[in-house]
Amino acid sequence: MPDQLLFAMEVTLNGLMTGVLYSLVALGFVLIFKASGIFNYSQGVLALFAALTLVGFQEGQVPFAHLINAIFGTEIHHFGWHLPAILAILLTLAVMVLLAILVEKYILQHLVNQEPIILFMATIGLAYFLEGFGDIMWGADIKTLDVGLPQGISETIDETTYEWFGYGFFIDRLDIVATVIAAILVISLTLFSQYTKHGRALRAVADDHQAALSVGISLRFIWVLVWSIAGFVALVAGIMWGTKSGVQFSLSLIALKALPVLMLGGFTSIPGAIVGGLIIGVGEKLFEFLIGPMVGGATENWFAYVLALVFLVFRPQGLFGEKIIERV
Amino acid sequence: MNFKKLAAAALAATIAAGPAMAELVFPSLSYRTGPYAAGGIPFADGYEDYMTLLNERDGGIGGVKISVPECETAYNTEKGVECYESTKGLGSLVYQPLSTGITYQLIPKVSADEIPLHTMGYGRTSAANGEVFEWVFNYPANYWDGASVAITHLLDINDGDISGKKIALVFHNSAYGKEPIRTLEKLSEKHGYELTTLAVDHPGQEQKSQWLQIRRERPDYVIMWGWGVMNQVAVQEAANIRFPMENFIGNWWAGSENDVIPAGEAAHGYKALAMHGTGMDYPIYEDIQQYVVDAGLAAGAGDQVGTVLYSRGLYAAMLAAEAARTAQEIHGTAEITPAMMRDGMENLKITEERMAELGLPNFGPAFEVSCANHGGPGEAMVQQWDAEAQEWNLITDFIKSDDDVIEPLIEADSMAYAEENALDLRCQ
Repeated sequence: MPDQLLFAMEVTLNGLMTGVLYSLVALGFVLIFKASGIFNYSQGVLALFAALTLVGFQEGQVPFAHLINAIFGTEIHHFGWHLPAILAILLTLAVMVLLAILVEKYILQHLVNQEPIILFMATIGLAYFLEGFGDIMWGADIKTLDVGLPQGISETIDETTYEWFGYGFFIDRLDIVATVIAAILVISLTLFSQYTKHGRALRAVADDHQAALSVGISLRFIWVLVWSIAGFVALVAGIMWGTKSGVQFSLSLIALKALPVLMLGGFTSIPGAIVGGLIIGVGEKLFEFLIGPMVGGATENWFAYVLALVFLVFRPQGLFGEKIIERV
Repeated sequence: MNFKKLAAAALAATIAAGPAMAELVFPSLSYRTGPYAAGGIPFADGYEDYMTLLNERDGGIGGVKISVPECETAYNTEKGVECYESTKGLGSLVYQPLSTGITYQLIPKVSADEIPLHTMGYGRTSAANGEVFEWVFNYPANYWDGASVAITHLLDINDGDISGKKIALVFHNSAYGKEPIRTLEKLSEKHGYELTTLAVDHPGQEQKSQWLQIRRERPDYVIMWGWGVMNQVAVQEAANIRFPMENFIGNWWAGSENDVIPAGEAAHGYKALAMHGTGMDYPIYEDIQQYVVDAGLAAGAGDQVGTVLYSRGLYAAMLAAEAARTAQEIHGTAEITPAMMRDGMENLKITEERMAELGLPNFGPAFEVSCANHGGPGEAMVQQWDAEAQEWNLITDFIKSDDDVIEPLIEADSMAYAEENALDLRCQ
């Protein structure tokens, strides 16, 4: 098999894996948009905040230590214990649920029936608040996140493809784990929304707030539920990206990678987030491989948006988005 | 309280909050927030702690206390310019913005306002030519020196011959990241190596394409010009593809603890350029502990003391303080102006004896600044990461950059700037 074809296959596989990581971020946006019509600008910061909190719990870091020490002249930084990953994840989940309750109580509740743009602006405010709050709570230094996920080349794939093609493919084991987790997440979310009482309530709210309220569905509960689930998805995304690069404030910028995925897959479709992520992941990697060297490289950031725009020309609602028909 | 009383109180508070007239003002355009905070915090802490040390131990410089008003730029060029505008009226003696983007915006401003700008190891490289750039200094080394030192190191470990070797440059796709390309191209003509350049888009969280290409093309060495998250991801990706870490060399902005710790054991052996010493084995740290940390005056959380970027901030502050001292001597007054400070910078002499007196023996190179040479000696060392001991070890002495290649590049670029801006040459 010609070398270039083998390389293209390797790039495609890696693009698919990277696309899954993009999808993980995009999923959080979709969940909240579906249930409340809010484009949650703070989703990237939620991932950062979740990852910061997870490392903080794991390492036994004292929250607000810098502030406490400055006010009281103390020198406390750590509790002196290290929590097992699973316990730290559960505690972080509890924090994300608490955050969802607070967001509903202090932001969303006061903005019921407001224009979507106002809700969007509120999430911008939330993003900046959470970024600063996370900084004060856990500090701005880079933290190493280790929840036991494997990293590095998959020997099995390397050896197998070498036997088949005479060239070993590189696939990161972390990307394989991310793919499995994303698959489980999507199946679970689909089953939850199709077959559980709360899932059906969530879909009812997504379809029509007023009608859902009229049959006794609590809008407040649904919002807390959906922000909690988005918080959980943010935690998963934070773990995956944080394991790759350490937990640091640039993690919030991964939201930029989710935007073309949403444009392409549609803001209201969970499968759309997955398929959109895969198309963006493969598209940008193949473009960088084939065309990048001719134009000086670093094409991935802008090409993802160009690809999404091309799709938008033909399907403005995205591949899987709901077509909006407004009658006068 | 009526309006008049309130206005008077506000005025009094404003006056009290501002620096007193008899203070030497060294503004710190820092970034403690945002994606690059992990790099900005230790530098700002080191800068401020050194100035605090001088205030507490020596009563300031020449008997005049120092003030370090801090302004948050978040590594954002617009905010950096705002910080400059809001602090220049305080009598600021020199600006060190720790950002190439902000530097480019400030060069025309400081030239008009006549306030010195010191960009140590970053910024516009050709500002080393003092004949063109009266108010800008980038001693002791610049980007092109760094690129040359990396190549000289590769020559040293290959018995002086790297012809036919493949070298890849992984760079941040920005003005900063592109700086070494011309130098590396010129050096490739001279030494016969094959150069491949691989751009990484901001912020650098995703670099799979670049490292797959490196895996395919198997370069002998990879040089990196990165900053922030790009560095951590690159080190991790290099480990993932099993690229030999001892053949991977970052520049001095890709050589802090932040860049290697997230990759754990896999980062062992990674190399980086160093424009100054590393670690806490310098006498000055005893004074910092006694007069700053133990006195509860440490900047920030006080947890960055001794890190690479803290040391760089400290070094930057030391060079600023020494220039201020020189200015005081030249002009016979302790209360210097920005113009006097510029004179001090242009006549700065850093000797080994003076470094030892300051508690920093062999920490940085000995050098002299002159009217024509604002760039210093252009020397750097190479350090290597020991993942087990969690520390950087210097593995070379100071290596001199290749003046035969660098000087014509600086000359050409600075003269083009002079022509564009219709500047008369100085120092003639």
